Amino acid sequence: MTDKIAIKGIREGILATLTPHQAWLPLVDDLTQYIDQRGTFFRGARLVVDVSERAVDVENLTALKNALASRQVELVAVLSQNEITSSAAHELQLFTRLSEIPLPVRETRYPEHDDEMLVEDEDEDLEEDEEDVLPPMDSEEYGTVGVLVKRTLRSGRTIRSNGHVVVVGDVNNGAEIVATGDIIVWGKLRGIVHAGANGDENAIVCALDLAPTQLRIASHIAVPPDEDRKRKPNPEMAQVKNGQIEAVPWLSS
Amino acid sequence: MDKSKPYPGSPVEARGQTATGRVITVTSGKGGVGKTTLTANLGVALAALGKKVVTIDADIGLRNLDIIMGLENRIVYDLIDVIEGRCKLRQAMVKHKQYQSLYLLPAAQTRDKTALKPVQMIRLAEALKKEFDFILIDSPAGIERGFQNAIAAADEVLIVTNPEISSVRDADRVIGIIEAKSKNIPAHLVLNRIKPEMIKRGEMLSADDVMEILAIKIIGIIPEDETVLIAGNTGNPGTAAKASIEFNNIARRLNGEPIPFPSYDDHPGFFQRLIRMFNNNP
Repeated sequence: MTDKIAIKGIREGILATLTPHQAWLPLVDDLTQYIDQRGTFFRGARLVVDVSERAVDVENLTALKNALASRQVELVAVLSQNEITSSAAHELQLFTRLSEIPLPVRETRYPEHDDEMLVEDEDEDLEEDEEDVLPPMDSEEYGTVGVLVKRTLRSGRTIRSNGHVVVVGDVNNGAEIVATGDIIVWGKLRGIVHAGANGDENAIVCALDLAPTQLRIASHIAVPPDEDRKRKPNPEMAQVKNGQIEAVPWLSS
Repeated sequence: MDKSKPYPGSPVEARGQTATGRVITVTSGKGGVGKTTLTANLGVALAALGKKVVTIDADIGLRNLDIIMGLENRIVYDLIDVIEGRCKLRQAMVKHKQYQSLYLLPAAQTRDKTALKPVQMIRLAEALKKEFDFILIDSPAGIERGFQNAIAAADEVLIVTNPEISSVRDADRVIGIIEAKSKNIPAHLVLNRIKPEMIKRGEMLSADDVMEILAIKIIGIIPEDETVLIAGNTGNPGTAAKASIEFNNIARRLNGEPIPFPSYDDHPGFFQRLIRMFNNNP
């Protein structure tokens, strides 16, 4: 585009290289302006910013992150050879190397379902008018990536998401959900689920009736105990505790 | 489970001035659960109710419906002959020995599923709709081309399943595919070959168990009946002892009559029934 900012599509998302020869604030303005001009092209994108030797402190980086988030662009990494910038990035829980960034997981679609959307809700509830009011506590304030599936998943259906998955309906035997984040099922969970698929041990699986064929969190695998078919279902939450998956009653916390 | 409501869309209300038939595909996913038997018996039962019925064998290359219907030796042309223009539609249709208003459109035995395209099936069904009240399509097992052909023209679908986990699982898959294709095709469940004794002992899935998993309306519960095999081998559908009663009931429910379901479930005592009543209320 300009000689100040170079935009490039990479495996991890979109890479924006910012020139070291210009003041920071005008440069950020240029970047956001560029994004605005492109309409919806950047919406939902994962952005990696390369600032080379420039020192960017936490405050400036937070402002950039917020400015991007208000345009529904997620700042995932800041590449820099500068100590100050790197530590600021770490403080904001951003990656500083391309190799650290988990690759997006692709959705699996079956040919017969081509006409149908798997993703029904794409974080439309971002509040644009609240930008720059407060620095965010964490990414949740700006909405995390996830899919909402408002139907029962029957056998053979697979949902893959680079984020969380919420199902309003049952997950039948033979259906599968793979998510890098959490999995919440407002219904019976009978199929196979894998939460924290990229290795997040803090991921959880919740269901009104938690009876999966197999439950995986990060690299842990659990098979629920054989239970009476006619047992009374109760909401449970599965999480990794002391190196193994544990299901506890899902209560308000 | 609501067993009292009549099957919706009786021909009287569904069909106005322009009388067109209903295309009903019988499918299951899993093989050997009783699709062909149901198709043949429904054909006979609907014809006995005075309806004009044609059954279509969509299992190209593995045709069976003609045997069950006792019409094997009367076949001259088949479905693929019609599609490929070697004969007229009328010439390929085999009239039933007993019922004048029942016809069979047989599959080709020497070809395979690729000889037919979904769009050709739709065209064929459109032509038959003008003349018949019911067009029953017997789907092959599986979810591939043959199945896609069979459901392409369907206005309604009957899902056949046995009270065992693997056939219920396959039924679930098939329902999912049909729902993804179009949400407007009503699918109804036929639970075939149940053994009331085993259900009473808690050794077999009951109708409620199956419906809890599949979550679609039920239109028939058919008991295991050895005479169905004899009737099939001799090509005399409609003559089985116990099962034929239920085949007839399904035909009448399809026709819009509110036929109650016999109870095959375990017979709990008064107290359990009371508890169940409370538990079942949504």
